[in-house]
Amino acid sequence: MNRLTRLSAAEMVTLLDSREISSVELTQAHLDRIESVDGAIHAFLRTLPEVALAEAEAADAARASGEDLPELAGVPIAVKDVLATKGLTTTCGSKILRNWIPAYDATVVKKLREAHLPVLGKTNMDEFAMGSSTEHSAYGPTHNPWDLDRIPGGSGGGSAAAVGAFEAPLALGSDTGGSIRQPAAVTGTVGVKPTYGGVSRYGLVAMASSLDQVGPVARNVLDTALLHAVIGGHDPKDQTSLNDPVPPVVEAARLGLAGDVKGLRIGVVQELGGSGFQAGVMDRFQEALALLEGLGATVRQVSCPSFRYALGAYYLIMPSEASSNLARFDAMRYGIRVDPKAGPVTAESVMGATREAGFGPEVKRRIILGTYALSAGYYDAYYGSAQKVRTLIQRDFEAAWEQVDVLVSPTSPTTAFKLGEKLDDPLAMYLADVATIPVNLAGIPGISVPSGLAEDGLPAGFQALAPARADAFLYQVGGALEAALEDKWGGPLAAQALEIPTQSRVKEASNG
Amino acid sequence: MADLFGFDEALERFDPVLGIEIHVELNTKTKMFCSCANNFGAPPNSQVCPVCLGLPGAMPAVNHKAVESAIRLGLALNCEVAEHCTFARKNYFYPDVSKDYQISQYDDPIDFDGYLDVELEDGAVFRIGIERAHMEEDAAKNTHVGGATGRIQGADYTLVDYNRGGTPLVEIVTRPIEGAGARTPELARAYVAAVRELVIALGISDARMDQGSIRADVNLSLRPRASDPSKQAQVPFGKRSETKNVNSLRAIDKAVRHEVRRQAALLASGGAVVQETRHWHEDTESTSPGRSKEQAEDYRYFPEPDLLPIEPSRAWVEELRLTLPEPPAERRKRLQGAWGFTDFEMRDAVNAGALDLIAATVEAGASPAGARKWWMGELARAANERGTDLAGLPATPADIAGLESLIAAGRINDKLARQVLEGVLAGEGTPEEVLTARGLEVVSDDAALLEAIDAALAAQPDIAEKIRGGKVQAAGAIVGAVMKATRGQADAGRVRELIIEKLGS
Repeated sequence: MNRLTRLSAAEMVTLLDSREISSVELTQAHLDRIESVDGAIHAFLRTLPEVALAEAEAADAARASGEDLPELAGVPIAVKDVLATKGLTTTCGSKILRNWIPAYDATVVKKLREAHLPVLGKTNMDEFAMGSSTEHSAYGPTHNPWDLDRIPGGSGGGSAAAVGAFEAPLALGSDTGGSIRQPAAVTGTVGVKPTYGGVSRYGLVAMASSLDQVGPVARNVLDTALLHAVIGGHDPKDQTSLNDPVPPVVEAARLGLAGDVKGLRIGVVQELGGSGFQAGVMDRFQEALALLEGLGATVRQVSCPSFRYALGAYYLIMPSEASSNLARFDAMRYGIRVDPKAGPVTAESVMGATREAGFGPEVKRRIILGTYALSAGYYDAYYGSAQKVRTLIQRDFEAAWEQVDVLVSPTSPTTAFKLGEKLDDPLAMYLADVATIPVNLAGIPGISVPSGLAEDGLPAGFQALAPARADAFLYQVGGALEAALEDKWGGPLAAQALEIPTQSRVKEASNG
Repeated sequence: MADLFGFDEALERFDPVLGIEIHVELNTKTKMFCSCANNFGAPPNSQVCPVCLGLPGAMPAVNHKAVESAIRLGLALNCEVAEHCTFARKNYFYPDVSKDYQISQYDDPIDFDGYLDVELEDGAVFRIGIERAHMEEDAAKNTHVGGATGRIQGADYTLVDYNRGGTPLVEIVTRPIEGAGARTPELARAYVAAVRELVIALGISDARMDQGSIRADVNLSLRPRASDPSKQAQVPFGKRSETKNVNSLRAIDKAVRHEVRRQAALLASGGAVVQETRHWHEDTESTSPGRSKEQAEDYRYFPEPDLLPIEPSRAWVEELRLTLPEPPAERRKRLQGAWGFTDFEMRDAVNAGALDLIAATVEAGASPAGARKWWMGELARAANERGTDLAGLPATPADIAGLESLIAAGRINDKLARQVLEGVLAGEGTPEEVLTARGLEVVSDDAALLEAIDAALAAQPDIAEKIRGGKVQAAGAIVGAVMKATRGQADAGRVRELIIEKLGS
């Protein structure tokens, strides 16, 4: 493996700034890495070598001209295929968008381009971000770099695995119920779900608009913060985006990495742990807590009684919004079109045939669930009650913030499960997100950082949560934990992963 | 077509209850949720973007100016303006909504609990309760191609123009309108006319019914006449029909009348009115059934998660209140008093759409009677011939005031004025310019007139004799001859005076 791909993004920036390496070299190194291992991992649905190298050249030229460059300029990045990329197929892991080439860039993609981050390609995901294993992709699953027979988490398994397998130093994900954090946990990487509104959603193909949030994925806390700073901020095209400046996330990460968490009040969510959680996951969690306490943080138990209803509420609100957001895939304007096998070809029959053929089973399940929950006569009992639960969960958080600065829990109850293991048991699959979902319902930020390897030798995640707009706390706690753990391990967790066997990629279809 | 009752007969047995929904398309520069131009008549699908095309990932952003228009309309309709209101999604699959949901308002409209006083021809005033006025985006325009009717049934295919998709609308919904009896059709028409007038005064819409920028849906139901008329209001409402897109004032009256007659015939024969939407047919002046409410869709409304609630500050609302125009009805009363028009003249001017033109003409210096005479006479005829409305004519109020001042100065007479106006309408310039170019000025030079008179008298000595003999009325023939000789450019009164002076009776 080219040593360049082993560096952190921050280290890459140092070498770029000192002209020891060029962005073209760096980008090429990652393209080569993708070429050699992505046949085994399948993190990417599509790579864009020419485009990425051209962007890298532009970054090098800008740097050579002495331009004042944004911090990550020249560092390549992978983008989840749920974000619109102008001129580049954006499938959302679905057959129905197999041929959709957006006419516009998502705001975050635009920001990447403006900041000179070459886009390596689009990463695999559960169809329309619905799933916790990336097995629901219409284009085949992604494999966990730690064990190719296991899931990389989901829905953003592609972004997490790409970063975990050193195919990219950075990636963008989206998190509706844990789609950034749970994959980070099971692949030994770092993922952040920013405060709702902290990052523009314009161009993020919506699953559940009131829960979706774009966020950074990387192998360490500082890189995640650096990327957060690039993509964050108000966007007039997303009226739900916050007017505040991006929180001081990079400063907070550096503070944490320096070991400064003295006096920080940490609350352990009683309801997110214990029964149903894998022993090794709990052990690593407790050890992490002890480390933070050793650095001067105070730890106490906090109860959030309404969290037990979070999963239920989530599986009413999310499908309700999804059923409406996914209505537009009707063959009338873009995407695939399937004519009915029999009977007259009318708009309605084409819509039906296309949606039947174009959507996978999990997407259909959620559309049906949501359509039902919003129906006249059921609305109050389902959607209405779920919104009440949402308010209760927000109140639990509000009460907690009166006692502590951050709340913590294991990110996911288990380490990566085997591919296929939960595919026929949706409820078991949904439970993978039991600890990540309350965050989305409350609109607050959350981070997952590696806490070590569980008894099965697979990565486990440590989750920290902060009040809305206080994203900086996450990076401080995350940085401190990461520094303390790496001290113990003698380097990053990812370095402990086995080398991935070289396997050439299946030739991808050409764009469009 | 079902049998119809006579209208009067229907009214003897049943009491009509009316409800009207009016969609007002706002004339904001951009659409409701994106920055596309809000134009009528641009080439199909040329005013579109990711947002109004509903492309995956695109998000709506509320047009502040549209909210402002909705608030001003609400205030003009004497509504409360919500301190907090939201948008909702109305979900239904149809190609004319690009997202397969329409962003609208549902249970918390921006304007609510208002009223509008509507005056009928004879001066009777009805107060129409306004339940709500809410904001929404318009759907795209479908054109069904092939088939005989232009409707979707039997069409070969449908073309969709998303230019109209996402343009801002305000929908005004009345409370049930009871007690108008036989005047219900007239009241329906007068209400729509009043809203149209209000919207024009506010300047928030083009208000062209023919282009669909104002569209009305008419709800009508009948209930039995109570034996004791004072207890009529206690009789429960009957099932109603909703006649869609009745797109002229005249058609409003006709559609209500038709529904009264149709429903009366149905009910009287022991049948039942089906709660349904109906289509209005201009050609046959009748309605036909559309979608029945029994098979109506469940729109699965829920709060639009892509938009924040709208919370107009009270200070802003009060600021907007100060921008309201004088209410059209009050303005009419004030102008009628100032101009000394009879009720009939005033109503005529209003119905012809001439009120603002007359006001502007008076403003430009003409007498009210003079302004009225031109706009309601010569110009109305010209508009009629050209198939346009008065405002569509090339003559401006300033032109008409100019014409009047030429008459007042004695530079042209009535007959010449008509020729000048003809020139103005032909685009030859202002009245002054036409006058010069066509050489139409009145001959006011007495010497020139006397010359013409002498010639006429010489040509008709017998008439001259009669006049000398005291038959003054015989002077008419000489006047006529002089007018002919001067090609109408003489002042006939002055000619008569000169003849009589000359022959001194």
